[in-house]
Amino acid sequence: MANVRIAGTGMTAFGEHAGRTGRDLFAEAGIDALEDAQLDPDDIEELYYGNFMGELAEHQGHQAPLFAEAVGIDAPATRFEAACASGGTAVRAAVQAVRNGEADAVLVGGTERMTDMGTAGATDGLSIAADDLYEIKAGMTFPGAYALMASAYLDAYDADADDLAHIAVKNHDNAVVNEKAHFQSAITVEDALEAPRVASPLGLYDACPISDGAAAVVLTSESFAADHDLDAPVTVTGTGQGTDNLALQDRESLYRTPAAETAAETAYAEAGITAEDVDCAEVHDCFTIAEVLATESLGFFEPGEGLTAAKDGKTTRDGSIPVNLSGGLKAKGHPVGATGVAQIAELTKLLAGTHARSDALDDPSVGIAHNAGGTVATATVHVLERTTEVDA
Amino acid sequence: MSIEMRHNGYDNLLDAIEDGEGYYLACPEGHGSLPPRRVCPECGSRDLTDEPLPDAGEVVAATTVSVPGPQFADDAPYVTAIVDFGPVRLTGVVRGTDDEPGPGFVVGVDVEETATEGERVVTFRPR
Ligand SMILES: [Zn+2]
Repeated sequence: MANVRIAGTGMTAFGEHAGRTGRDLFAEAGIDALEDAQLDPDDIEELYYGNFMGELAEHQGHQAPLFAEAVGIDAPATRFEAACASGGTAVRAAVQAVRNGEADAVLVGGTERMTDMGTAGATDGLSIAADDLYEIKAGMTFPGAYALMASAYLDAYDADADDLAHIAVKNHDNAVVNEKAHFQSAITVEDALEAPRVASPLGLYDACPISDGAAAVVLTSESFAADHDLDAPVTVTGTGQGTDNLALQDRESLYRTPAAETAAETAYAEAGITAEDVDCAEVHDCFTIAEVLATESLGFFEPGEGLTAAKDGKTTRDGSIPVNLSGGLKAKGHPVGATGVAQIAELTKLLAGTHARSDALDDPSVGIAHNAGGTVATATVHVLERTTEVDA
Repeated sequence: MSIEMRHNGYDNLLDAIEDGEGYYLACPEGHGSLPPRRVCPECGSRDLTDEPLPDAGEVVAATTVSVPGPQFADDAPYVTAIVDFGPVRLTGVVRGTDDEPGPGFVVGVDVEETATEGERVVTFRPR
């Protein structure tokens, strides 16, 4: 089985790109990743591409061949759709293709164009990640679903909803130096608590923004990296994926995410690591409560203890396990199909020591990416490790 | 965006709830699920029968939605809840209460219309 190296990363800025087409966003990120890897489009043997709602956002289906063309790639191109985990599932397929020897160099990327839809349009678009019959028709919105999870969590552990604000503050603070982030501004706990509610107990600052953007990474086999003398110090050593009932109402618990637990178990076992080995993590904080559930599913904290981790300084920059040093979805932004790939791009830089927040980490070796679809009916977890330089 | 079409199974259940004859699907092991289904999601049994939906259920979790999708624009703010009827849980809009109900609050199920588009929606009212 081939080891999988990360040879290059690329991202557009996340935020509002009014009028910019998905194909143009992806071209920017894809070319950026190829240039970072110092490879040509002709070197790429497959494109794995994540996108959630291109049909609704810009009336464009069949995006993979179109977007391959936009980057100058003439190779098999396939789109993956798993709601907000579209990018993560594309990464997983790309990792498996390189491992299996089916391809030596692949581009994996994702795009979402959302802001031109407006808040109501994007809210409607995001909702189709849920069960149309038993959730959407019953009035459940995407924030509403996470609000139910938050409400159940707070009730189960008799916990304080105000603690969620510290997660938003942490992630905004991390993003201040991230020039690709949608929000590069700090907020206070008071700002978060005083903001209007979107769906109780969640307010405006508990929710990630609606963003446009694209991300791409080049994955190669270890031998390809050596043959081409690539600077690729980070290896993908574990990949895992889990599935849960789509509708929240059908789950045993509203405040646990077993799909992520399964994904983490698989990925950790492949990499031969435990949660204690992890130096930093990029997790899917589409809402503040989602970061809590993610960090518990990843084994960083016991169930019920993830809520106060940001408040207690455990997941902040000087904490024992810094989470979302990029700013997370909360502040970096969440162009849905791009998110799972962007997490890999950010982690690669964090492990390589070239990230704007690298100073928060002391010689890190293991990073985790956790990407979730819908209310975590799909979850992917990837383990990235900094390995020795490639033998030329 | 709403697409006008009938969804057999789901719409049959809403018809039945409207008539006061709600039901769920039960497998021989006693697992409950909602139509349309051919397979028990819990154990894989394909031997599913209709059983009467219990008359009342308890709120599991509730939220007051202030930012709605377009189909509920004129309904907001409204309360969405997941209600446990024993063998199955249902999601719907809570009506007839002044405050957002907490866990354990007892409700019955009905089908009413949304204020926005007059679409059928599962509703819960205090019992
Ligand atoms: Zn069964």
